[in-house]
Amino acid sequence: MSSGVDNAGRLVPRLDSLSVTGDWTLVHYATLQDQVEAARARIGNAEVSSLDLSEVVTLDTAGAALLVELLGAENMTELTKDAPDLPPARRALLHTVAQAMAKPLTPQYQATSPLIDFLARTGEGLERFWRQQRLLLGFIGLILSSLIATLWRPGRWRITALVAQIQQTGLYAIGIVALLTFLVGAVVAFLGATVLQNFGATIYTVDLIAFSFLREFGVLLAAILLAGRTASAFTAQIGSMKANEEIDALRALGLNTVELLVLPRVLALLMTLPILTFIGMLSGIIGGALVCLLVLDISALQFVIILQGVPLKHFLVGLAKAPIFAFFIAAIGCLEGFKVSGSAQSVGEHTTSSVVQSIFMVILLDAIAALFFMEMGW
Amino acid sequence: MNRDCPLIRIRDLANRFGDHVVHEHLDLDLYSGEILGVVGGSGSGKSVLLRSIVGLRRPDEGSIEVFGEDLQSLSERRRSKLERRFGVLFQRGALFSSLNLQENVAFPMIEHIGLARSEAEFLARVKLALVGLPVNAALQTPAELSGGMIKRAALARALALDPEVLFLDEPTAGLDPIGAADFDQLLLTLRNALGLSVFLVTHDLDTLYRTCDRVAVLAKRRVLVAGRLEAVENVDDPWVRDYFHGPRARAARQSPPSSEKS
Repeated sequence: MSSGVDNAGRLVPRLDSLSVTGDWTLVHYATLQDQVEAARARIGNAEVSSLDLSEVVTLDTAGAALLVELLGAENMTELTKDAPDLPPARRALLHTVAQAMAKPLTPQYQATSPLIDFLARTGEGLERFWRQQRLLLGFIGLILSSLIATLWRPGRWRITALVAQIQQTGLYAIGIVALLTFLVGAVVAFLGATVLQNFGATIYTVDLIAFSFLREFGVLLAAILLAGRTASAFTAQIGSMKANEEIDALRALGLNTVELLVLPRVLALLMTLPILTFIGMLSGIIGGALVCLLVLDISALQFVIILQGVPLKHFLVGLAKAPIFAFFIAAIGCLEGFKVSGSAQSVGEHTTSSVVQSIFMVILLDAIAALFFMEMGW
Repeated sequence: MNRDCPLIRIRDLANRFGDHVVHEHLDLDLYSGEILGVVGGSGSGKSVLLRSIVGLRRPDEGSIEVFGEDLQSLSERRRSKLERRFGVLFQRGALFSSLNLQENVAFPMIEHIGLARSEAEFLARVKLALVGLPVNAALQTPAELSGGMIKRAALARALALDPEVLFLDEPTAGLDPIGAADFDQLLLTLRNALGLSVFLVTHDLDTLYRTCDRVAVLAKRRVLVAGRLEAVENVDDPWVRDYFHGPRARAARQSPPSSEKS
């Protein structure tokens, strides 16, 4: 028992015997270790032929481990085997610890050079990335083929699931999308005003807002928000079903999990993201208009007139990207969910990964689209 | 075994979750050096009882005396000190997933005793060897281990501070029969070597027959009966009869009792 009284154990080495006294417990570990070091220096390699444990007050596994370390496991077993005055419980403790320590206790560390480590990690990362993209491509194929297979059979449409997903991913996201784009619209207006003022071209702030939100920001902000909000939700939902073996249960019942779980989610996002994009465009332009009205003295009428001069194609270019982003966000979210491997930790890891991947994919596709539209002169 | 002064003395304990009463007027003693098996149907509050004793749940009524002191009336510091004399093995191991095994076991020693990291890890490896894990397991993380190894490692962590009382929550659940039998043997060896008292919540009849000195049956919100297995078996109660005289119990009883049982 860990008594408060300081009665730390001591080792008294004699000619070829060793006398152990006091408390040999975990709380005194530091003191005991000093004792053991000192004794080791004194005894050297000489064999200790007898051990006197009669004055030990308490002994626990920590103390026993120290004694065994000093004397060696075999030697300890020998020394305590026929000590007459040793209580059986204490002998059992010493023997058990000695037995545990009979094998070497230090595990083999594998030393590698940091350069090789770095190269190995880079290679692993690249290979993982490549495999992930191939997997995604395959999964997209699977989604498309199930989509085509169910399209002709309205009896297999999952209307309830679809509506529920539209509510979750669309309706409930309107507030945050509108607020965020509104704020960014105001920021862009301020930014434009600051730069354009130098040229006396403050009026072009309106064009800046209109072009940036119609072509880029409306769809990009909505898509990034959805990637954070919905891709993660898809991964968590499907992932926890996977962890709970629900996915396996569905398969064992002969049901198509892609048709049941993935299609409603993909279709829901395909419908909601264009709508959210439209809301984002409107809200961003309103945010910009408000700044123009209050700070730059551009009247609402003037703003609308300039806005009417912006060609429709910019709006269409922006909106056209929405379904593509939506498809990739949903596909990545669902795929990561299916990759979950059973533990709660794995659900968390794949949720993080799905958000990172879908945002990466959205920005990558947006960059490619910008290049394409520029080349086409749209 | 010291029969006069129990290590843990529970009197008149009550636990409620809203309207749902789990325990009422529950009395139970744990004596020094014994393995006490706690059995009961699903939902009879075995785990709740364990959580009440180790201080994870505040009971609604009643007293729990541990080492002669009332847990509820102690200050936070005294309590923490007392609770260091407990080791708890949770049902699914509850190993810290971000640490490897030797760090898992060394963690309480570093935090509570203030050992240096290298010393604590040396002792951790001793404990891991004590519960029969191979040397190289020390550097593995819990995610890499099988269920049986996780249970062993969790036992090593429960033993880290050389506790006097060990609480085990269904230690053999989810283990194959060989792993479960190994665990029973390990428990007996450690109890005999370290002089532990063990509070064992279990559904496993084999473990019960093989390791327990006394058995407490939890039913009807209290401890229906507590005593030696032979005495408990013959209590005239439908649940006890079904439990101890069902086909599984008969099979478990017929297996030869362990020679190491005191």
